[in-house]
Amino acid sequence: MSHAAIAGTRTERDRSSLHGARLPRWSPYAIALGAAALAVLVGTLAGLHSRIQWGLIAAALFVLGLYGASARVEGLRRAKDRLATSLVWAAFLLAVVPLVSLIWTTLTCGVKVLDVHFLTHSMGVVADTEPGGGIYHAIVGSLQQVGLATLIGAPIGVLTAIYLVEYGRGRLARAVTFFVDVMTGIPSIVAGLFILSLMLILKMQPFGFAGSLALAILMMPVVVRSTEEMLKLVPNELREASLALGVPKWRTILKVVLPTSIGGITTGVVLAVARIAGETAPVMLLVFGNPFINNNPFEGAQASLPLYIYQQYANSAGSGAAYDRAWAASLTLIAFVMLLNLGARGIARWKAPRTGR
Amino acid sequence: MAKRIDVSGLTAYYGSHKAIEDISMTIEPRSVTAFIGPSGCGKSTFLRTLNRMHEVTPGGRVEGKVLLDSEDLYGAGVDPVAVRREVGMVFQRPNPFPTMSIFDNVAAGLRLNGRYKKSELADIVEKSLRGANLWNEVKDRLHKPGAGLSGGQQQRLCIARAIAVEPKVLLMDEPCSALDPISTLAIEDLIGQLKQRFTIVIVTHNMQQAARVSDRTAFFNLAAVGKPGRLIEIDDTERIFSNPSVQATEDYISGRFG
Ligand SMILES: Nc1ncnc2c1ncn2[C@@H]1O[C@H](COP(=O)(O)OP(=O)(O)OP(=O)(O)O)[C@@H](O)[C@H]1O
Ligand SMILES: [Mg+2]
Repeated sequence: MSHAAIAGTRTERDRSSLHGARLPRWSPYAIALGAAALAVLVGTLAGLHSRIQWGLIAAALFVLGLYGASARVEGLRRAKDRLATSLVWAAFLLAVVPLVSLIWTTLTCGVKVLDVHFLTHSMGVVADTEPGGGIYHAIVGSLQQVGLATLIGAPIGVLTAIYLVEYGRGRLARAVTFFVDVMTGIPSIVAGLFILSLMLILKMQPFGFAGSLALAILMMPVVVRSTEEMLKLVPNELREASLALGVPKWRTILKVVLPTSIGGITTGVVLAVARIAGETAPVMLLVFGNPFINNNPFEGAQASLPLYIYQQYANSAGSGAAYDRAWAASLTLIAFVMLLNLGARGIARWKAPRTGR
Repeated sequence: MAKRIDVSGLTAYYGSHKAIEDISMTIEPRSVTAFIGPSGCGKSTFLRTLNRMHEVTPGGRVEGKVLLDSEDLYGAGVDPVAVRREVGMVFQRPNPFPTMSIFDNVAAGLRLNGRYKKSELADIVEKSLRGANLWNEVKDRLHKPGAGLSGGQQQRLCIARAIAVEPKVLLMDEPCSALDPISTLAIEDLIGQLKQRFTIVIVTHNMQQAARVSDRTAFFNLAAVGKPGRLIEIDDTERIFSNPSVQATEDYISGRFG
């Protein structure tokens, strides 16, 4: 083979490797349409009733079709890329479909009785099977219990994380890490039982703050974990820069490390709050539930949103009014958690270290 | 204001690993001393023992004496925080505080130590920024984030931050290694001005830089990989670069090894 021939083939191949044949841009959509049509056809012919089955068939056809077409036209590497992309999208849709469906159902069922009256009245004079009434007492209870739990759990969690990252060495730090890991795995009902056993020893009746204690136990390890990760992200160079200026370590942590990571820490705390806001089991054991408004978390049974939802459902005796109230309360709870998340994002963005000019 | 440093028999460890061994030298006040030597020979480690930053590293341990105007930094009852107020440091990579503005970065040392008068703060910040040759570039955006400056400007910001607390000694660990020739020149000029007021120690891999800025030069080396680093010789910069008394120094400077 002559030199010229080799050089010739090489330039040919180089050009083709840089400008490989591509499927036209519209092809994934066309294949998706084709797959959907085929799935409908197969579905009707085979007499499949479930739309979920149709969807799965269409998805499988789409993935296979795109892979096949791409392998044929674009080569194996691109085909694998397309396969991975479509699988990631499929996973994303699988995760999003239940979420959207849940929010949609809650929204449509929840708006029926959700109005100002509902938000500002309790169930004090309304039987569970009758229409009317509201969730004011449950909102008050939830806010107080979750608020107190946060007041206890968040500072302890953040301080523990600061100890572990900034000071912790040796045995004690390892022990603390181990117990935090164990606490992360505590089922909420066990945390409730723990506080309940204390209450039985002290011969106390259910009250809101007892629930707060159990919720704080559930919250702490979550806060520790997320805060730890955020503190570890703060570059060591910043700590050293501050120490080299003659700033004591505690002030370095307070004025340099924490401000740098405060956005992430707040997000973590808010996510932990969102998590405990939906806890039902310990509240049921320790706070008991109460159709009347009780503004004092330190005495007497209180209501709470998750508990209210459960009780409306359980005590409804088939009454539509109770179901509607349960849905409306669920909607309120979801809205509360979403607002918290939005607030956390806002804080994270507001407090994020600035790099712009 | 500037202070003399007297080191005798200094050995530093990382856990069980001995990084530098038995170093003794005198650093004159109001002078620039350059540390040169191959990578890993312990220049940074030695520098960090001079303001007790070495012990910030987990496992960091020091033996020997460092006298700052006859006061032992490692003596009983000496507060490392007080030492670091006397002996400031500029790091290899610029590290401004990302949450703070340019102004706040320079004021950080004073604010965080709580030792300043409100009325004086603006003056000190301006003086420090002028001292670091940065004032003209940033005077219109003092309240913009410090991280929004160029690398060279950030390094000068860090120098301004270090001199704002008026240390007696300024340690610089390869302050120009990430900078372009123009910023490097600006910082070298700055070092020339700062030595009127401070004792300056600078680590550098750049022979020309050592020759340009320093009055005295110390050459460090290690006998073999894994062995601790040692001080080979310290002398007037002119002598080190023209007629060193140790063969290894001449080999290193002329690029015959290392
Ligand atoms: N944090 C640390 N933990 C353990 N050993 C370290 C640590 N930092 C440095 N060392 C070791 O100490 C020795 C000296 O390192 P040092 O950073 O002082 O070298 P250097 O002279 O500054 O090198 P360079 O010119 O590359 O900056 C090296 O053998 C290094 O591996
Ligand atoms: Mg170094």
